[in-house]
Amino acid sequence: MDFQVVVLAGGNSKNLTPLVSKELPKPLLPVANCPVLNYVLHQLEQSNLKDLIVVVEGEDAALLVGAWISGTFIDRLHVEIAAVPEDIGTAGALRAISHHLTAKDILVVSGDLVSDVPPGALAATHRRHDAAVTTMLCSIPVSGPLESGSSGGKDKAKKLGRYNIIGLDPSKQFLLHIATEIEKDARISKRILHAVGQMEMRSDLMDAHMYAFKRSVLQEVLDVKDTFQSLKEDVLPYLVRSQLKSEALLNRTPQGEENSNEKVSSQNNQAFISRILANASTPSFHGIYSENPDGSSSTRKTHKCCVYIASSSSYCVRLNSIQAFMDINRDVTGDADHLLSPNNIIGPSPKLGTKTTVGPNCRLGEGSEMGDKCQVKRSIIGRHCRIGSHVKVVNSVVMNHVTIGDGCIIQGSVICSNVQLQERVELKDCQVGAGFVVTAGSEYKAESLAKKEK
Amino acid sequence: MDARRMSRAVPRVRQVGFFTPNTPVQQPRPQSAAPSSESPPLSDSPASNSLSPVMIPPPRHLSDNLGGRTAAVPVPGRENSGELPTVGSYNPSESVLWLDSPPRSRIGDEELSEGAESSLGWYRRSNSAKFASSLPSGGFNLSTVKHPESVAAVEAKNPLPGKSEAQKEQASSSKPLKAKTTKAERRALQESQRAAKAASKAEANKSGTAGEAPSSKPMKQPPLKKDGPPVASSIAASERIGVDRSVEKERKKDLPPPRKQFDDESRGGRAKRRSVLNQPEARNRVELFRHLPPHKNGTQLPYLQSKFFELQEKHPAVYKVGLQYLAGDLSGGNARCIAMLQAFQEAIRDYSTPPEKTLSRDLTSKIGGFVSFLIECRPLSMSMGNAIRFLKSRIARLPLTLSESEAKTTLCSDIDRFINEKIVLADKVILRHAATKIRDGDVLLTYGSSCVVEMILLYAHELGKQFRVVVVDSHPMLEGQKLLRRLVVKGLSCIYTQLNAISYVMHEVTRVFLGASSIFSNGTVYSMVGTASVAMVAHAFRVPVLVCCEAYKFHERVQLDSICFNELGDPDAISKVPGRVDVNFLDNLTDKQKENLELLNLKYDATPSDYISVIVTDYGMIPPTSVPVIVREYRKEYLLI
Repeated sequence: MDFQVVVLAGGNSKNLTPLVSKELPKPLLPVANCPVLNYVLHQLEQSNLKDLIVVVEGEDAALLVGAWISGTFIDRLHVEIAAVPEDIGTAGALRAISHHLTAKDILVVSGDLVSDVPPGALAATHRRHDAAVTTMLCSIPVSGPLESGSSGGKDKAKKLGRYNIIGLDPSKQFLLHIATEIEKDARISKRILHAVGQMEMRSDLMDAHMYAFKRSVLQEVLDVKDTFQSLKEDVLPYLVRSQLKSEALLNRTPQGEENSNEKVSSQNNQAFISRILANASTPSFHGIYSENPDGSSSTRKTHKCCVYIASSSSYCVRLNSIQAFMDINRDVTGDADHLLSPNNIIGPSPKLGTKTTVGPNCRLGEGSEMGDKCQVKRSIIGRHCRIGSHVKVVNSVVMNHVTIGDGCIIQGSVICSNVQLQERVELKDCQVGAGFVVTAGSEYKAESLAKKEK
Repeated sequence: MDARRMSRAVPRVRQVGFFTPNTPVQQPRPQSAAPSSESPPLSDSPASNSLSPVMIPPPRHLSDNLGGRTAAVPVPGRENSGELPTVGSYNPSESVLWLDSPPRSRIGDEELSEGAESSLGWYRRSNSAKFASSLPSGGFNLSTVKHPESVAAVEAKNPLPGKSEAQKEQASSSKPLKAKTTKAERRALQESQRAAKAASKAEANKSGTAGEAPSSKPMKQPPLKKDGPPVASSIAASERIGVDRSVEKERKKDLPPPRKQFDDESRGGRAKRRSVLNQPEARNRVELFRHLPPHKNGTQLPYLQSKFFELQEKHPAVYKVGLQYLAGDLSGGNARCIAMLQAFQEAIRDYSTPPEKTLSRDLTSKIGGFVSFLIECRPLSMSMGNAIRFLKSRIARLPLTLSESEAKTTLCSDIDRFINEKIVLADKVILRHAATKIRDGDVLLTYGSSCVVEMILLYAHELGKQFRVVVVDSHPMLEGQKLLRRLVVKGLSCIYTQLNAISYVMHEVTRVFLGASSIFSNGTVYSMVGTASVAMVAHAFRVPVLVCCEAYKFHERVQLDSICFNELGDPDAISKVPGRVDVNFLDNLTDKQKENLELLNLKYDATPSDYISVIVTDYGMIPPTSVPVIVREYRKEYLLI
């Protein structure tokens, strides 16, 4: 279909600090015992997109990711791993691999997207409108029923920042305005407002960070505006803002070149045909705007910024905060369990002690052992964990190779790999970084524990 | 060479110029004659010039008479058991007809509109015959075409000596009897004609003029199916069998495949399995129109979109066009056709022959796949059907010696040529023609949004003619508003009204310009729904109706109503008025109540040819009766381009 797929997998994310580390870059962060990148790749594979470019920040991370991909998707996907330096942003990453892009349109997917929206839908919308950029919007996920009273005001403030202010045209097909942060005032181009006549502002939609770009447009924007760092905060708003005064020479088909060689008459015919086509199709406001007052065809250049709004029934969340991580873990084992690829269901049943109960919506990795009288509710436990007796794990994520002593109580926490919890530890809403050792009898509440950086 | 042309020219007169002095359908005659007298420019020069070939009674050719006579031989022994024994006796009448040509030559001169009308009358009558004959296919065309002829023969006042009893009787009591021929008689007549045709074909085959078009097939297009069976055996019996078979085969070949009937269980099932899209269930659809493919409404769009990457074998360009059809982004016969052809062009450019396959075969099947995909998105328009036929014939005719890249460039340039010649140039010619019919002070009425009509209006405006335009529009598409916008922007003075007010504006209108989706060979205009009403009102007010249509949209089919073939639109579009909350009377019905409601949103209707004064096409201005001539004479050419 002449689409090239770029997965921006990212590297070490600051938002997820205790969870990700050098050894465990963000793409490999396990969600229900399965790296988050797997969800995206699986989704793409289902859509029959098998040639991918995965962009990872940092050489080391790239090696790790590459090793994992070639291990998991061997002979199923054809993946190129591109390592880019850290902290150059999404736009920078694309700029770095720009010379690899050859297809007519580029599909850019964030590696931390857990969603069941078919990427084809976005691509089809993009093609149908012949747009310069199409972005996917989804409704903002309901952030967990925080029964355990998790994550205090700090996290909530963070979430507020994630809201997008999005302006749509009445037909909900075109993007007229996008702003990432809530600001005191929003600037809206008068030109656009005038052309459309009516704009609908929404704050209940979220940019899912899945974009389809026209390659020529993308490359040109990246070339010209070399200060742009982020797709979402720089490139997309720029394209949206300039859609009626398109500076990039853009689309408009490569007719110009062909015609110059040919006779004038054929050029007339081309104009004739394009007029027939234009008249037959329902004009978007772009067309009407670019029309001169006397009705003759365009001298002003425009490009279209379209949106694809995922239906509210579909699942679409980005893993970009610890809260999101918890939510996704909960949803993937609960409501949205169709997202789990089949190779990912519970492994060989772990050894359970007597009177140990495992509630619904749990995942237990293979080779984990549990002592007597344990309780596990709505939690995920990784591979090869050793859990003593009288342990209570509720609403938590326990990664691989974790040792938990007797009598621990863990609520709403994330415990990374190779953590050792000694006896009678009580954790509530904590994040424990990899390799950390929690001494016996300690109690923590809403804290982030990690090994000191050397 | 000459002989062949003559023999082919025969059916021209039979079907088109036929005229009976006292047809029962006389009623509308003075009316339809009136507009042409009112508006002299319509009846004089260009129109009648282009007509002339139709009207000349061709000299009878020997082979033709032979065909007619030999027809008598095979008939009695031939086929269906339910046939009447009197069959053979009708055959001499065919030759009677030929002796009787002089009166018919009158037609061309003064009775132009009447010719149209009377032939239409005949079609109407033969209508019943068509439905009565349960023949799957061949009977259809033949009966409609041939009826007038044979009845005319009956009417002829100089019977041949060798006539049988039955026929004398008929001849003497000419009119009333003819008006109510029984079903059996008509059937018999039809059978005899078929036999005659078979025989004449045998004749042709024997005489060895390969490539000759069978003279008794006036409406169908010969070029693809010309060659008869390679060897005709000399033994009579076996020959007949052979001929029969070949006739059957040919018939199969030139008839369009039976259209899918969507109320047919078994077929529906098969279609469902093959299709890309989900077939919506046939709920709440009007009984009479259940045979039409259900409308694929917008709910299919997300489904198709989500499959975007899974349908790898569909070329992206084709896919895009399909999406646009489905979403309704693209409408209008010309635009859809151009978009489709351009998509195919792109697909052909990207095509490469798989190993161990030949380009022509593989590409044909590939195009076929694209076409069926497009059909699923929206039923094809006639114009697209013709364009596809053109493309496929071009592929089939590619010389095997061409390399792949050469073949591809040839095809691409062919498509370009088709677009340029058949659409762009044709439109330009139509502009010139139609502009001559616009005079200062005219009030022109148009309906909906036809791109040709729009160009005509703009062109006439550019020429500096002073006229006003009435744009008539209808729900739910309101396409007229698009047209209106473009006209007003260009400075034309317009009146906008809805279809239901048409009788009030019609009295000041001097010309009606209509676009068409297709024109059938009986002169019926198949166009956006509502066109027939406009034409009828115009006819009642004696306002000339000019239908502007490119010749590539002509179709050899004969259609009498808009029921058997049509397209269903979105039923929701008519039950809801967008943006009007005050008229949402149908909104909150319960499911139980909705069961009593059937919604019908038809897209097209058929305008009978007697409402049409003239058809403006790229071959000039012609009366509706001349459509089959264009179809027959030029179709071959454009298949060959």
